[in-house]
Amino acid sequence: MVNVTSPKRTHIQQLESEAIYVMREVASQFERPVILFSGGKDSIIMVHLAKKAFAPGKIPFPLLHIDTGHNFDETITYRDWLANEVGAKLEVRYVQDSINEGRVQEETGLNASRNALQTITLLDALKELQIDCAMGGGRRDEEKARAKERFFSHRDMFGQWDPKNQRPELWNIFNGRKNPGEHFRAFPISNWTEMDVWQYIAAEQIPMPSLYFSHTRPVFRRQGVLLAATDFLRPMEGETLEEKVVRFRTVGDATCTGAVESIASNIQEIIQEVAAARITERGGRNDDKRSEAAMEDRKREGYF
Amino acid sequence: MSTAPEQEAIAPFVDANYLNMDMLRFSTAGSVDDGKSTLIGRLLYDTKSIFQDQMEAIETASARRGEEYVDLALLTDGLRAEREQRITIDVAYRYFATPRRKFIIADTPGHVQYTRNMVTGASTAELAIILVDARNGVLTQSKRHSFISSLLQIPHLVVAINKMDLVDYSEEAYESIVKDFEDFAAKLDVHDVIYIPISALLGDNIVNKSEKMPWYNGPTLLHHLEHVNVGARRNLIDFRFPVQTVLRPNWEYRGFAGRVASGSVRPGDEIVVLPSKQTSKIKSVDGPEGPLDEAYAGDPVVITLEDEVDVSRGDMITRRNNMPNIGNVVEAYVCWMHDTPMEQNKPYVIMHTTKSAMAHVSNITYRIDVDTLHREQTDQLQVNEIGLVEIVCAKQLAFDQYKNNSETGSFVLVDPASNVTVGAGMIRGASSTVLDSPGEREAISRDVVWEPWNVAREEREARNGHPGSVVWFTGLSGSGKSSIAKELERRLFERGAQTMLLDGDQVRHGLCGDLGFSNEDRDENIRRVAQVARLFFEQGNLTVCTFISPFKKERELARSLIAEGRFVEVFVDCDLEECKRRDPKGLYKRAMEGKIQNFTGITSPYEAPTNAEIVIDTASMSVEEAVEMVIRHLDGAGLLPKAN
Repeated sequence: MVNVTSPKRTHIQQLESEAIYVMREVASQFERPVILFSGGKDSIIMVHLAKKAFAPGKIPFPLLHIDTGHNFDETITYRDWLANEVGAKLEVRYVQDSINEGRVQEETGLNASRNALQTITLLDALKELQIDCAMGGGRRDEEKARAKERFFSHRDMFGQWDPKNQRPELWNIFNGRKNPGEHFRAFPISNWTEMDVWQYIAAEQIPMPSLYFSHTRPVFRRQGVLLAATDFLRPMEGETLEEKVVRFRTVGDATCTGAVESIASNIQEIIQEVAAARITERGGRNDDKRSEAAMEDRKREGYF
Repeated sequence: MSTAPEQEAIAPFVDANYLNMDMLRFSTAGSVDDGKSTLIGRLLYDTKSIFQDQMEAIETASARRGEEYVDLALLTDGLRAEREQRITIDVAYRYFATPRRKFIIADTPGHVQYTRNMVTGASTAELAIILVDARNGVLTQSKRHSFISSLLQIPHLVVAINKMDLVDYSEEAYESIVKDFEDFAAKLDVHDVIYIPISALLGDNIVNKSEKMPWYNGPTLLHHLEHVNVGARRNLIDFRFPVQTVLRPNWEYRGFAGRVASGSVRPGDEIVVLPSKQTSKIKSVDGPEGPLDEAYAGDPVVITLEDEVDVSRGDMITRRNNMPNIGNVVEAYVCWMHDTPMEQNKPYVIMHTTKSAMAHVSNITYRIDVDTLHREQTDQLQVNEIGLVEIVCAKQLAFDQYKNNSETGSFVLVDPASNVTVGAGMIRGASSTVLDSPGEREAISRDVVWEPWNVAREEREARNGHPGSVVWFTGLSGSGKSSIAKELERRLFERGAQTMLLDGDQVRHGLCGDLGFSNEDRDENIRRVAQVARLFFEQGNLTVCTFISPFKKERELARSLIAEGRFVEVFVDCDLEECKRRDPKGLYKRAMEGKIQNFTGITSPYEAPTNAEIVIDTASMSVEEAVEMVIRHLDGAGLLPKAN
């Protein structure tokens, strides 16, 4: 995205440069970093940025996917294609294995989800693979707790974050020093907004999984959220299965990722929808969308 | 690239307007009572960046807590501890965009850890909004905020005079605050200050022009934020490339990855690797999408070199004729950020560009009281204190003054026991202590070991009967510099001072006869004369220099070589049209005919000084009056022999 004729740089170019700088710092300051890959748009652009950061070389660290077992098929297909495409090693760890080993207990009840369980599987995987820095696609505009997150975020021996005791981060100097057993989370796209992400996807023509575009699928409504009917999630009594034209604004665990009714079938229409959603939400009318956003937040909290 | 599975066709849609926006990072500081939250809320709300339901929720919550104002902190105080204690602990980042620009606000809390957070937020800001309550005038907190903004070299300040509705939108109230602030700002190193009378609560002059203040003709706050020049922090002159990591995808390719910290670079440029001083040429500058013709400050690139030279992380690639300082002793302002105080001779790790080294603080020159700007003696710095210190590093650093280059002039200190970041530093202009240390400023001749002067300057000064000093005249060609300087030197000589006059035309014939007028040659010209001026200074002379010296950077270089208080910059201010009319040497005419290239004022810029000790307005002053003015200043500063 570098314009060779003038020193002027747009905000997207500056954000891209910042993300690349942070990724190269991670590669330099740590011995065994990974990119946490969820199949969502943020982790997709993370992989895209990593590819740019180390070109003409290959991405010098693996992608780690914590698989809840409740994925859309499209996510898995896309994940495998992408890892192969960029020539990165793909590590997958399964929540199901953690359940089988008795490390975690499956939730029961109406809103049972493997969302929270992922954290244990993730921490176990980091330990097993001796990962000292896990990069995520978290953004500060996503939720309140993230607004104060650092680019380089320290985790203690137990993988815990101490938000009251964060290291000050100044200029472009990132302090990744740590004691043995501790690790870091790094967030190269901290300063991006949802709109920046979509505009970047459009400008860079990054291929996206089909789930993000409108399609027809069987869904049912639970507590205001449209959920896709899958092998592991069926409507209960009183919930009606219906065919709807939907798309997903976020892609993650299928048991808690809500769909939105949408006819946005290309990036341009998605961008218009994202822009319009603000107005709708500002009016405080559309309950579906708000609940869906809350669901995204919960996923983030569990994941990170 | 192969086709993604089930990939939807991506229409080649690019929102050109969105993608062409630039970005402004600004900082705000203060507490709820200043109306800061109301102001930010107003900006976010009026730019449709927060939603109605969010706004209503925090309005309700604020009312429930019995607060007079909407406490916007409720939006971002996401840390449990913050909500429980109802304090903001940390810098919060907020985002909004208008069709012109994207904005990142570093919002720093008002009371707890004020200085530490303010410094953090200011480190990347290009503009600071300083809130002043129109009823209370310029208080300590505004002064503290301004001082930190000046220390961190934030290029633009906005003094937002808030709550104008509570002083009946009075022009007098506004004018009186502007005057108070100007008096205070005169002590600071601030360049661009604008004063906007607002009411954040009612929206006056935030987005729309206030009808209540017809006497105010300036921009609204948002208009200013959207139009202020961005990129002032970016140094586009001095090429500096700290190497982040080495890429070796195959045996043929060995690239040095990093971000251009400042300046620009092209294939073919002759470079030197620091600190090893190996030289080579740039073979290619590769961007993420392939080779580039040129990369500028901020661009992420991979550089390959013509020769096999040993380069690794922490090294810096620069140009042969424009090198930073190299040395292991730096003098810097340090803001202390940790509860355990900074102590002398305790080991710390310094992180500077991409390099880390062990270091210790060898001397604390003074501490600055951020409220009064007084300097105090101390042997340690407590948390939230700022001091001028000298740091000795175990490795050689390649650094610039923070003023000229925040990328290569900044560093953090880390406690090696806890690995926590404990201090933030800004490298100051090389002081006399630093200059006289071995290993410092090797740019001149790399193999010469620095020897202290044989006879100390103080001894020479005692014999001369007056201190050594440098009086540096700058101004356009034809502004009258030389006439004033010649008359000045004659008067000072007659008064018994040891004097010397260094004149642009003169050195161009001898010392700098090999140089032309490209920007690089101009830099070199000034570097040489600045060094000569320094020699005369060390000899105890009252040295009068007269050079167009159009660039701020080169005048700063000259200043940095001379002891504090001994460098007097005189800006001979003359309108360009008037200079063209006078044109004593016929140079403007030839420049305008294209016969002279890079002529200051015609085809090359003149950066007018903003912090000169003396400004001479030639439109209203005769040569005689100007000379009198300079002599009065020198007398007042104790730089002249006693009058007979």
